[in-house]
Amino acid sequence: MAILELHGVCKNFGGLRAVDNVSFAVEEGEIFGLIGPNGSGKTTTFNLISHVFPVTCGKVMFKGQDITGLKTFQICALGVGRTFQVVKPLKRMTVLDNVIASAFLRHGSMKQARAQAEKWLDFCGLTPYAGHLARGLSIASRKRLEITRAMATEPTLLLLDETAAGLNPGELDEAIALILKIRKSGVTIVIVEHIMKVIMSISDRIHCINHGQTIAEGTPQEVARDSKVIEAYLGHGGGH
Amino acid sequence: MREHRIPLILLALLLVLPLVVTEPYFQHLMILVLLWVTIGTGWNLLAGYTGQVSFGAAAFFGVGAYTAGLLSHHLGLSAWWGMALGGAVAVLIAFPFGWIAFPLRGAYFALGSLALGEVMRQVATSWESLTEGMVGILIMQTFISKLPYYYIALALAVGSILLVQAVTRSKLGYYFVSIREDQDAAASIGINTTKYKMISLCMHAFLTGTAGALYMNYMGFIDPHVVFSLHDISIMAILVAIVGGVGTLYGPAVGALIMVALQEVFRSAGFGALQALTDAMGGGFMTVVTKYVSQAHVLAFGILVVVVIMNLPNGVVGDWARIKRAFRRG
Repeated sequence: MAILELHGVCKNFGGLRAVDNVSFAVEEGEIFGLIGPNGSGKTTTFNLISHVFPVTCGKVMFKGQDITGLKTFQICALGVGRTFQVVKPLKRMTVLDNVIASAFLRHGSMKQARAQAEKWLDFCGLTPYAGHLARGLSIASRKRLEITRAMATEPTLLLLDETAAGLNPGELDEAIALILKIRKSGVTIVIVEHIMKVIMSISDRIHCINHGQTIAEGTPQEVARDSKVIEAYLGHGGGH
Repeated sequence: MREHRIPLILLALLLVLPLVVTEPYFQHLMILVLLWVTIGTGWNLLAGYTGQVSFGAAAFFGVGAYTAGLLSHHLGLSAWWGMALGGAVAVLIAFPFGWIAFPLRGAYFALGSLALGEVMRQVATSWESLTEGMVGILIMQTFISKLPYYYIALALAVGSILLVQAVTRSKLGYYFVSIREDQDAAASIGINTTKYKMISLCMHAFLTGTAGALYMNYMGFIDPHVVFSLHDISIMAILVAIVGGVGTLYGPAVGALIMVALQEVFRSAGFGALQALTDAMGGGFMTVVTKYVSQAHVLAFGILVVVVIMNLPNGVVGDWARIKRAFRRG
């Protein structure tokens, strides 16, 4: 059963159509990659799913329920976690407090929320930084904090927006390992990513958009061979 | 227990202080300080912890004061009913205001709250059949001694600090600070930002309104320009918190002491020292200086805020470690 479905979703910013009639269905338990050149509408699509702003047309379904009109916090409460491409740590709070704030969604008492937060810090490998202020973290740790915070809301679907961008090769491998670990724990993942190494190695299926429109969908191998995808990334072959 | 030691010692001192210092003038100043502890603490909850900077404290203070005054003036009830109802009526004003203003963020919310205070002042001035307009409301004070007012103000101040302390150690506090740090991130972890901003605003309104009601009871006279004053209430509330330390539990308490003392120094021109100097020296120049200094507290507050923000951006409490270091070096 599809856990997340987009039906003909579009978004206009003034006269610009940033997302144009995008449809896809994410199956439970898979890692679903969303790729496309810069400015193709990937992050906008994420923002439409979690309702950072409303869709112009179309419908978003989560577990068969129409979530198009719901607010961001309601969508999160239903079980959709997300990270931000431009990380948004709660800077003047410690790493632990960041995650405690998240854990309060499912656990009312301070004691429980704290225990949960510590569990998720351990799961994501941030325990050594628990007492640090979030603003003092390196970019790799900030990205990891984004994931930890999202996981502490105990989502069944996790939207990862470029969590590998800006990481060095060693950190990249750690990020991939974490994403696979999250999937193994039973969470479905939709991931937007620029780094092909990441997206090609971990995605079960990939959906490629350009200028807000779908141009291909399939396994990583199929998408990598698709002439429209190659054209979108590399331009027209020959003659110029 | 250890972390509470200093506050408890201070509380014990405050409990016996008016019995030792019987001079009504100083008791009056202490009551003002305690009122400002309450107002500053309430403002700090909304702005310091939840990040919603407000220029509207006077709206709630004035509504609380008028609630107490009008109950007595029109219905002949004791103005002390206002202590129970002033906060509640302020919350009733806060609710629709939050509804309208919370879609606004940052500076736009601050401007909205500024408008609220001014609107309330205009209403109190113009609705003469209800409020007597600029004539103001005069009631009979219950007590001649200042002691009862002192202890009520102390209870209110301590209560407001305990409230904020309880909030910051709960889910509510975590949600408030999350909203302050990043509203979008807060929404993404499932926080209903509008709801929690509203809760914070209502707590602020309640504390400020209750303080307003106590002010009515204590002073016995209010008019729109006193209780809905932009610079004497709304901006003073901000200064109390900024000087003491925004987002710290005891910051507004320290700020209240500093600001009331400073205000009094200016109002009384150095507790009359400047006047004495003028009398001794004679001459027109000193007379002019004395006259302007006693009116210049707003200017002095402005300068103070600039100095504090540049040197102690986290206020006296927030930058206490830095102050101690500076003194040790010096």
